[in-house]
Amino acid sequence: MMEKMIFGRYVPGDSILHRMDPRSKLIIVFLFVCVVFIANNAWTYGILAAYTFIMVGMSKISPRFLYGGLKPIFLLVVFTFLLHIFMTKEGDIVFELGWLKIYEGGIRQGIFISLRFFLLILITSLLTLTTTPIEITDGLETLLNPLKKVNFPVHELALMMSISLRFIPTLMQETDKIMKAQTARGVEYNSGPIKERIKAIVPLLIPLFISSFKRAEELAVAMEARGYKGGEGRTKYRQLTWGMADTGMILFLAAVTILLIVLRG
Amino acid sequence: MSKPLVSIENVSFSYEGQQDPALNNISFDIYEGEWLAIVGHNGSGKSTLAKLLNGLQFPQEGTISVCGITLSEETVWDIRKNVGMVFQNPDNQFVGTTVQDDVAFGLENHGVPREIMVDRVQTSLDKVKMGTFLNQEPHHLSGGQKQRVAIAGVLALQPSIIILDEATSMLDPRGRAEVIETVRELKTRENITVISITHDLEEAAKADRIIVMNKGKLYREGTPEEIFEMDEELIKLGLDIPFPVKMSKKLRQKGIGLTKSYLTEEELVTELWTSHSKM
Amino acid sequence: MDISLKNVEYRYQADSPFERLAISDVSIDIPSGTYLAIIGHTGSGKSTVLQHLNALLKPTRGSVVIGSREIRAKRKEKNLKGVREKVGIVFQFPEHQLFEETVEKDIMFGPMNFGVSEKEAKARARAAINLVGLSEEILEKSPFDLSGGQMRRVAIAGVLAMEPEVIVLDEPTAGLDPRGRKEIMDLFYSLHKQKNLSTVLVTHSMEDAARYADEIVVMHQGKVFTKGTPELIFSNPQALIELGLDVPEVVGLQLRIEESFKTKFKKISLSEDELAEMVAEFLEGGGLK
Repeated sequence: MMEKMIFGRYVPGDSILHRMDPRSKLIIVFLFVCVVFIANNAWTYGILAAYTFIMVGMSKISPRFLYGGLKPIFLLVVFTFLLHIFMTKEGDIVFELGWLKIYEGGIRQGIFISLRFFLLILITSLLTLTTTPIEITDGLETLLNPLKKVNFPVHELALMMSISLRFIPTLMQETDKIMKAQTARGVEYNSGPIKERIKAIVPLLIPLFISSFKRAEELAVAMEARGYKGGEGRTKYRQLTWGMADTGMILFLAAVTILLIVLRG
Repeated sequence: MSKPLVSIENVSFSYEGQQDPALNNISFDIYEGEWLAIVGHNGSGKSTLAKLLNGLQFPQEGTISVCGITLSEETVWDIRKNVGMVFQNPDNQFVGTTVQDDVAFGLENHGVPREIMVDRVQTSLDKVKMGTFLNQEPHHLSGGQKQRVAIAGVLALQPSIIILDEATSMLDPRGRAEVIETVRELKTRENITVISITHDLEEAAKADRIIVMNKGKLYREGTPEEIFEMDEELIKLGLDIPFPVKMSKKLRQKGIGLTKSYLTEEELVTELWTSHSKM
Repeated sequence: MDISLKNVEYRYQADSPFERLAISDVSIDIPSGTYLAIIGHTGSGKSTVLQHLNALLKPTRGSVVIGSREIRAKRKEKNLKGVREKVGIVFQFPEHQLFEETVEKDIMFGPMNFGVSEKEAKARARAAINLVGLSEEILEKSPFDLSGGQMRRVAIAGVLAMEPEVIVLDEPTAGLDPRGRKEIMDLFYSLHKQKNLSTVLVTHSMEDAARYADEIVVMHQGKVFTKGTPELIFSNPQALIELGLDVPEVVGLQLRIEESFKTKFKKISLSEDELAEMVAEFLEGGGLK
């Protein structure tokens, strides 16, 4: 199930969404998260859903793949729906069975809230599906740049993120290697009682920590040797280019927002 | 050999909490355009020496000057611009998420304008034959490829000296050969000064000059021929003798008239042929 | 203890979009007491083969027989500890597996996982530390205060203390200096002889393969390319060179000499003395006529 999970993953492609500047995508997601709360009736929710599906279409990511990958999260959506149905006691009773009473307001709330949740998940997934983690990092770094004035460590944060991204695969390989070495020394990771399995984590974690510290130390030395002395006076190799599409997409969302405000009940 | 590019005078260095000094009163010069190999067993002080040349550590006694600049806290950044370093572990010096980002890292640090960076990244990668790997991620590269990217990262800064700190010791034979070949080409084409710190004697045999370190001291200095004449002494120092030298010796013991020990198999075979085909 | 791989195939992440065939149709017999070297490029499948030798990986096709135990594809295998106790693996850079507070505890870790009593494990730790050429004082130290070479030895001691019948070595000398390399290789060779172990060495070093092994398997692109005694394997150096592999330096030199004197010696020599002998004989006999 985990292999199919796509939350937070990047899928290479060449759609408009893939080619957009990460900054505009981040701005759109941020705006969308706010805009979602404007909707309060069937019309406005309909528009939001339409907007989201247009975006999905533009990403050229197969809806089946998207559905398969987000399945586990859909369970949460269903759960949200049920929660509202049973907990909201507003309006007329639509259905009654013994102690179980379902109100009209409950159905409405259930549908709206879970739809809102569902759309948010789709839009944020689209961001990570069409943007590499490093692009997201770059986008964030540039967007947060004004915060440098209040001494917020924007550059350091971005560097930290990019180095973590760089080392994730390396650490995964390392974990696998150490696990195998300890298995060969008689540790069992895949069978045996829970207590034993928890104990088995120690011989894995300690070597992993130690090697990560060693890596960090060596990396720091290598960075220093290559002239790294903080963000001051540094130029940037990766360049973000803002295109027509970016402005266009933001204007599109702005138009949708205005429409939502007008149609809001 | 021309003027000294680096001079090391009476340098000593001890790590905190260790009794024996890692380096004990070392003096020597490094000349422009030469390939100098510094050899010694693990713990002989050779890696400490590398760290001092790049200002990653400062000598407690003595002075080091690189390209006419005396190393100190104030000058260290200028010196680092002149001295590029490639380390042992290919993974732990790869900073960027892709090949091109990694090569650009040093340039970014030195505030090089972007237009120049783009050009330098490409040309440096071309020089190490990695020009088509721009967007490759490090975990999809072999050890030898990663080390070549590291070399490109150094080249991009156009230093006058490149230090290889056991840069081939974690590689397989193919990776090792790739890296050595790359360095050799660079040395001839770019006239870059190479300092290779190694315990691989085959690698050292390709140098112009060898310095043997032992217990923090400069034990011997000379051309590869001179150093490998040391023979058994090298083995006592925890080192080895390159195969052609070993073989020359064995053949001489068998009464085959060779005038000296040969550093490469080619030389050995040629000598055998010329001296015996006349019979 | 005999080990044999029969038509083994292994696919990483089988049945997923990331599936990758690592080895196929690999059959290797390792009778008890053999010193086997597996050579090949990085990515040739050597490491995958190695991990089948104590069931760290289970074949996706074919079977592996380890002693009296058979591990077959598509069968759930339980309780593999018995197998792992008898086949010790020294991984590349084994010092990365150290984790205990003291060297002694770390060496005892393996044996105790296999149910050896604490007292016995202590005794084994002492014996093992002597075997790898370190002094007993080191037992009380933290493994992380040791030098790189010492850590390597401690990690090896941790495998030896399991008293395996088969020792599998994956590039055990990577990163060591020439002296350390020779000491470690000689150590394994003498253990192999004294305790009548089976030893499997996965290596890039043709020198080591030629010097120590009774039998060599050459892996190429996930398949067994050829196998045989060192004499046999290196008697056809051209085949190895075509794969982009090295031949031992002695063999390489012999080829060069043969080429320039346009001759063929009676056999391929695997040691320096042997080659020197043959060359001397040849030249005394008149060399080129």
